[in-house]
Amino acid sequence: MTKDNWMKTIKYTILRRIIQLSFLLLFAGGNYFGWEILRGNYSSAIIADSLHLSDPYAVLQILVSGFIASSSVLLGALLIFLIYALIGGRMFCSWICPMNIITDIAFRMRRIFKIETEAKVSISRNLRYYILALSLIVSAVFGMAAFEIISPISMLHRAIVFGSGAGWAIVAVVFFVDLFVLKAGWCGHICPLGGFYSLIGKQAVIKVKHDKEKCTHCMDCFDVCVEEPVLDIVGKESDFIRGGACTNCGRCIEVCNDNAMKYSLKFDFKK
Amino acid sequence: MVSRRKVIQRVLEGAVFVGGGGLIWGKSINATTKADYVLRPPGALKEKDFLKACIKCGQCVEACPYDTLSLAEPGDGIANGTPFFEPRTIPCYLCTDIPCTDSCPSGALDLKKLTKEEEKPDIMNSKMGLAVIHKESCLAYWGIRCEACYRACPLIDKAITLDYEVNERTGKHAKLLPVVHSDVCTGCGVCEQACVAEKAAIFVLPLDKATGKVGDHYIKSWEKEDEKRIHEKVEKDDNDKDVKSAIDYLNDDDLIDD
Amino acid sequence: MKLARRDFLKSSAAIAAATAVGVAVPETLKAEAREAESGWTWDKAVCRFCGTGCGIMIATKDDKILAVKGDPLAPVNRGLNCIKGYFNAKIMYGADRLKKPLLRVDENGNFSKQGKFKAISWERAFDEMEKHMKSAMKELGPTGIGIFSSGQYTIMEGYAASKLMKAGFRSHNIDPNARHCMASAVVGFIQTFGIDEPAGNYDDMEITDTVVTWGANMAEMHPILWSRITENKLSHPERTKVVNLSTYTNRTSDLADIEIIFKPNTDLAIWNYIAHEIVYNHPESIDWDFVKKYTVFATGFVDIGYGMRTPDHPKFTDKEKETVKHEVAKKLTADEGKTLAYLGYKEGDVMEMKHRNKAVNHWIIQYEEFKKALKPYDLDTVAKIAKGDPEESIEDFKKKLKALADLYIENGRKVCSYWTMGFNQHTRGSWVNEQAYMVHLLLGKQSKPGDGAFSLTGQPSACGTAREVGTFAHRLPADMVVANAKHREISEKLWKVPAGTINPKVGSHLMKIHRDIEDGKIKFAWINVCNPYQNSANANHWIRAARQMDNFIVCSDAYPGISAKVSDLILPSAMIYEKWGAYGNAERRTQHWKQQVTPVGEAMPDVWQFVELSKRFKLKEVWGAQKVPGLKNGLPDVLEGAKAMGYSPEDTLYDVLFANQDAKKYAWPDPIGEGKINTEAGGDKRKVKGSDGKPFEGYGFFIHKYIWEEYRKFGTGNGHDLADFDTYHHCRGLKWPVVDGKETLWRFNSEYDVYAKKADVGPFAFYGKALKNMPQGSIAKPDMSKPKVDLKNKAKIFFRPYMEAPEVPDKEYPYWLCTGRVLEHWHSGTMTMRVPELYRAVPEALCYIHPKDAAEQGFTEGDLVWVESRRGRIKAHIETRGRNRVPRGLVYLPWFDEKVFVNKLCLDATCPMSKETDFKKCTVKISKA
Repeated sequence: MTKDNWMKTIKYTILRRIIQLSFLLLFAGGNYFGWEILRGNYSSAIIADSLHLSDPYAVLQILVSGFIASSSVLLGALLIFLIYALIGGRMFCSWICPMNIITDIAFRMRRIFKIETEAKVSISRNLRYYILALSLIVSAVFGMAAFEIISPISMLHRAIVFGSGAGWAIVAVVFFVDLFVLKAGWCGHICPLGGFYSLIGKQAVIKVKHDKEKCTHCMDCFDVCVEEPVLDIVGKESDFIRGGACTNCGRCIEVCNDNAMKYSLKFDFKK
Repeated sequence: MVSRRKVIQRVLEGAVFVGGGGLIWGKSINATTKADYVLRPPGALKEKDFLKACIKCGQCVEACPYDTLSLAEPGDGIANGTPFFEPRTIPCYLCTDIPCTDSCPSGALDLKKLTKEEEKPDIMNSKMGLAVIHKESCLAYWGIRCEACYRACPLIDKAITLDYEVNERTGKHAKLLPVVHSDVCTGCGVCEQACVAEKAAIFVLPLDKATGKVGDHYIKSWEKEDEKRIHEKVEKDDNDKDVKSAIDYLNDDDLIDD
Repeated sequence: MKLARRDFLKSSAAIAAATAVGVAVPETLKAEAREAESGWTWDKAVCRFCGTGCGIMIATKDDKILAVKGDPLAPVNRGLNCIKGYFNAKIMYGADRLKKPLLRVDENGNFSKQGKFKAISWERAFDEMEKHMKSAMKELGPTGIGIFSSGQYTIMEGYAASKLMKAGFRSHNIDPNARHCMASAVVGFIQTFGIDEPAGNYDDMEITDTVVTWGANMAEMHPILWSRITENKLSHPERTKVVNLSTYTNRTSDLADIEIIFKPNTDLAIWNYIAHEIVYNHPESIDWDFVKKYTVFATGFVDIGYGMRTPDHPKFTDKEKETVKHEVAKKLTADEGKTLAYLGYKEGDVMEMKHRNKAVNHWIIQYEEFKKALKPYDLDTVAKIAKGDPEESIEDFKKKLKALADLYIENGRKVCSYWTMGFNQHTRGSWVNEQAYMVHLLLGKQSKPGDGAFSLTGQPSACGTAREVGTFAHRLPADMVVANAKHREISEKLWKVPAGTINPKVGSHLMKIHRDIEDGKIKFAWINVCNPYQNSANANHWIRAARQMDNFIVCSDAYPGISAKVSDLILPSAMIYEKWGAYGNAERRTQHWKQQVTPVGEAMPDVWQFVELSKRFKLKEVWGAQKVPGLKNGLPDVLEGAKAMGYSPEDTLYDVLFANQDAKKYAWPDPIGEGKINTEAGGDKRKVKGSDGKPFEGYGFFIHKYIWEEYRKFGTGNGHDLADFDTYHHCRGLKWPVVDGKETLWRFNSEYDVYAKKADVGPFAFYGKALKNMPQGSIAKPDMSKPKVDLKNKAKIFFRPYMEAPEVPDKEYPYWLCTGRVLEHWHSGTMTMRVPELYRAVPEALCYIHPKDAAEQGFTEGDLVWVESRRGRIKAHIETRGRNRVPRGLVYLPWFDEKVFVNKLCLDATCPMSKETDFKKCTVKISKA
C-alpha cells in the first residue's frame, strides 16, 4: 500500500478524531484553565460566552418532564436541531460524540482479534427507538430527564473534564459490551440519542453516495460499517445512503478501493 | 401479514419492555436521587423542579472560582450529573457577582430567585439551605470560647448572632452562644466548614429539611405582617359523608353492656 | 476571565487538606483513648497560648498526651478554655515537627550559607555554634552575638538564657519578642509607678462597673477574660457599661454600649480630652486627697523622633526615605500646631528631633502647667482630630466622647481601662500608657478593687519571663537594669560572678539586633521560642541581611517557620509539656507545671541547649578584657576576680553558671517529681546523643528547681517576692508579691498589699523604686538648677501631648494599614496552622476593606489584590464583610499567615522610649493582582 493510499484510508477518521478531541480539549480547558471558547457539555454548551447550543433530545426530555427550559436553551436546541436535521444528519455521533472514540476502538478490536462476528444476543437495532420513546415516558412520569441521568456520553465527558472516576466505569461497561457481547452494541442498538439523530437526520443534505458502477462487491464497506443495514443498496443501485442511522463517518469511503463511495449533497426527499 | 398470535406477542413484549424497563429505569433514577439532603448552588429551583430543569452541563461548576461545586457521580446518591456542594469540604463563599447562577443556561439556577422586588440579584438572598446547631456537640454551648462559626459567617451579626448566658457552673464566666437566624441564613456553609468540632456541630440542611411550618389557620396577633399567611381559598363544606358519619355514630347502640 | 480571578484561593482551598499538615492525634493514641480511663493520669499545666494564663489538666498514658481539659480549680478559667486551649493536646504532634538538628551544608557536608539543610548530630550542631560564636566574638567582641528571646520562654529558660548571655558572655544583646508587645506598657509602669506590671488583677473584671477597652480586641485576643467581662455585663446590664475604643469595628464592639472608632494615633488626644473634661469642667471629680498625697505631675520631651534609623542609612530606598526623614525633622500639621502650641510650635513649623536620645527623660511640673497644657483638648477640637469613621456624624462622635468622659468622671462609678497592642504598638506607646494612669490617678480610681488601668499581656509569659526575669537588652531580674551599677553589683553577687563581669552598656533591643545584623555589627544570632523573621516589621531588610550577609543564624524551634527558613542552623526544641516550666500571666500569677511526656525525636528543651552551649566556653575565653563598641576601655578582665572566688580560667561557663555547688544541692530525683520525667535532670528513655556525642543521661541535679530558687532571690524583699518551687506545684498559681505564703491581689493598696502597708503612708503607697528621684522643670524642659525631688511612695501623673504618626495616608498610599491577630491562631501560626481544625476555621489572612473603598477601586469580594507599602508588597484576598469592619481609608490584615507576609509592609518605627514597633499604623496602596 502506498503512503497516499494509506492516508486515504484514515483521513476522515483522523479528521473526526481531531474534531472530537478538540471539543473535549476545549471543554476541559474551560474547566481547568477558564477558557471561554467552549464551556459546558454535550447537552448544553456556550461558545465564546455568547452563543448557546443545546442538545434537542435533552431539551425534549426536560420539556416532557414538565419544565419550560429557558429561552436560551430552547433556542440553542432549535439551532442544533436545524443543523442536524437540514445539514448534518447523524453526524453528531461520529464527528462530535466522544463515546464514538471508545466504541470505534471496540469495533476495531473485534475485527483485529476476530472476536466472533455473529451477535451472541440477537437484538434489534430498533431497540434504540423504543428506548428513546421509553426515555420520554420515564422523563414525564418521574419528572426528570431520564437519559441525562444515565447517559454514558455525559459521564465520559465528566470523567475527562471533571475527573470523575465513576464516569470511567460506565464507559468501560459500554466498551466491554461492545467488544464481547454485541457488535456496535451501544451506538448501533442502544443509544437513544443516536436514535434521535437517526430520526431527525434522515433528510439532511450531507450524505454518502454510492456508485454501483464502480462497485466490485468486495464487501469492505460492510466490514467497517457500524450501521450495516444502511448499506443495503451497495452493489445494487447507485444512490445516497438514505438510512437515517448512517452517521456519515466516512469509513466506507476510506476503505473503498473502487471509489464507489463519496460524500455528496442530497436535495431530494425520497423515502 | 403478521399473524394474530405474533401481534399479541409483540404487544406483550412491548408491555413488558415499557412497564418493566420503564419501572427499572425510573426506579434507578429515583434511587440515585434518594439523597434529598443535598445542597444546590445559589438560586436553585425547588429540588423537584431543579431536577427537571438541570441539563447537567456543569457550567456552574466551571464558573465557581472556589471549586465549591461538584457534579454528582453514580454512587454519590445524588441525581447523576447535577451540581451540589458539601460545605464541610468547601463551602459557598457567596461571590457577589454570582458566577454560578449567572452561567446556568437552563434556568435550573435562576437569578430571579436571588432578586427581591425590583433590585439587582443579590447573593445574600440565596437560600441554599439553613445552618442548624447541634448544641450538645457545640463547644460554645459547653462554655468554651469558640464561636468560630459566628466569626466565619459572611453575614455575621445577621445570620448568626451571639446570645449571652451566665455560666452557672463557674459563676464568673459567660457563655457566648451562636444562634442562627433562618430568615437571613443563606446556607453557604462557611460556618460548617469553620466548626472545629471533629464532626461539625453546625451544619447546613436543605431548607425544607431544616424548617417547620405553622398552619395557616392561626395568625400571630402581635405581627401584622403575619396575616399574609392567610389562605383565601375556602373549602366547600358540602361533605355529606361527615353528616353520615355523625348519624352512624349516633345510631350505634353500644352504650349498654351486654 | 472569571475563573482566574481567585485562582489563588481556589488552589489553596483545593489543597487545604494537604497543606494542613496532618496533626491528627496518631491512630494508636486514638485507640488508647478509647480504653478505660483507669490507665490515665491527669496533671495540671498551663495553656500554651496567650497572656490570660488559663489552667489546664493533661491526661497522659504511656508517655503520650491523650487529652486536655480546662482545670476546674484554676481561678482564671475554672475549667473553661478558648479553642486554642482546646487544641493544646494536638499542638505537639504535627507531622512536620522538627526532630533533628539541621544545618545548611554544601555537597561535602561543610557548612555553607548557600547550602541545603541536612540533618546533623547535636554534637556537630554545638561545634558549629561554638565556632561561629567564637569567631563573631573575636571579631566584634561580646556584642557581636545576639539572642532573639521570648515571652514564651518558660521562666527557667529565660533565666538560663539571660544568665548565660549577661553573666557568661557579658553581652546584653538579648531581647524578647515581648519587645514587640509589652515594652510600652513597661515604660508606662516604670515611669509612673517605679515598678513593672499591673496593680490590679482579673477579679476587677467582675467587680467593676465600667470596662473601657482601648486598642484591645479582648473578645478575640483574651477570650476567657472577655467571657468574664461578658458575665459582668450580663449580670448587671444596667449598671455595667462597656466601651470599645478602636480604629475599626471588631468583635469586642458586639457587647459594647458605646463603640468609638478613632483615627489612628488620636487615642493620645482622647485621653487628654477626658483629662480636660476632668480638670476644666469637673474639677470636683479630682480626688485631691489622693492626688496630693500620692502623686506628682510630670512631663517629658516631645521632639524624640519615631524610633527609626536616620535617613542617611545606606540601605534605605528612596521610597522609605519619604517616611524615614521624619526621624530627624517633621513639619507640624494643623492638629499638631494646636496640640503643641504649649511649646511655642505652630502649624507648618519644622520640629527638629533634638531629643531622640533623651526620649525617656522626664521631670516634675506643677499642676497649673499640667492644666494649661491640657487647654486645647476641648470636645470640639478633639472630636475633629479623632473621628475615625468618615461616615459618622461629628455630633454623634462628640456625644460618644462625652459619654466616655462622663463614665470615667461619674462619682462612685468603678472604672477599669484595658489595653493591649493598640496602645503598646504605637510610636507614642509609652505616652498613651501613661495617659491612662493620668486619668485614673486624677480620679483616684487606681489600685482599688474594680478601679484601675490594666495592661493586658499578649504572651503566656511576657510578664513571668521576659519582664520579671528581664530577658531584655536593658534589664536584669526583678526590675533591675544594667545601666545601674548597684543593680549590676547585686546581680553579680547573686550569680556568683566577679565584680565587673556584667557589661554596663545596654544591649541592642529587638529591632536593633535586626539592624545590627544588617549593619554587620552582629554576626551570630540565636532565635529561641519566637519567630522574629516573621514578626518584625520591614521584614525584607532583615531577611536579606540574614540570608545574604556574612553571619550565622541559629533557630531553635519545634516547627519550620519563616525564621527557621532564614537560619543557617536549626535546633529541634522540646515543646511546652515536654519539659518542666513556669509561666507568669498578666495578673502577676505564676504557674508551674511538670514535664508530662518525653520530647519527640531528638528534640531537646531550651534549658538544655543553653546549658550545653555553656560547656563550650572557658572562663578565659569570655572573662578576659573585651572590647565593646561605644564603651571606653571596654570590659575589664575579671579573671583575677574569678580566681579569688575559687574559679579557674579553665573552668567552663557550665561549671560556674549552672553546675555549681548551689545547683548540686538540688538533687534529682526529688519527691515533687515523683513518677515524672525530667529530661534535663535525669535524662530520658531516648538517650539522645548530646553535645559531646555521648548519650545524654541527665545533669544529675534538679536544674529547674535550682534556677527557680536562685532566681527568686532577686525579688525577695523588694516587692517581687515569689514562693518556693514546691509551693507552686501544690496550688493553681500565685500572684506576686507572695509574702508569707500569701499572694497579693491589689498592689499599692495597704488593705491588700503588705508592702504598701509597710510603707505606712496611709491607704496607698506607690512604693516602686525606679525613677523616684527626679528633676523639676517647666512644661518645656527640665531645670537642672532646681533640686531633684524625692518621690518615695508616689506615682507620676504625666502630661503627654497628641502627635501624629510618622507615616500618614497620602495620595500615593491612601490607606492606613492595621495588623493584628485572630482568635483561632496564635502569633505566626507555626503551631495553630498545623492543627487541621484551626487551619480549616481560618485558613488564610484576609485583607479587610470597606465595601465602598473596594467598590471605588473596582474590587469584587474575594478579589486577589496587591497591598503595597513603601517597603514591600504582598498579595491578599479582600474581605468586605465578616468579623472586622473597617472604616473607609483603613485596611486590616492579620499577621498569622506566613503566605500573607504582612510584616513586609509594616514600618519599623518604634516608640522612641520603649523601642516597641508600631504594627498598627503604616500606609499602603491597593491594586488588583
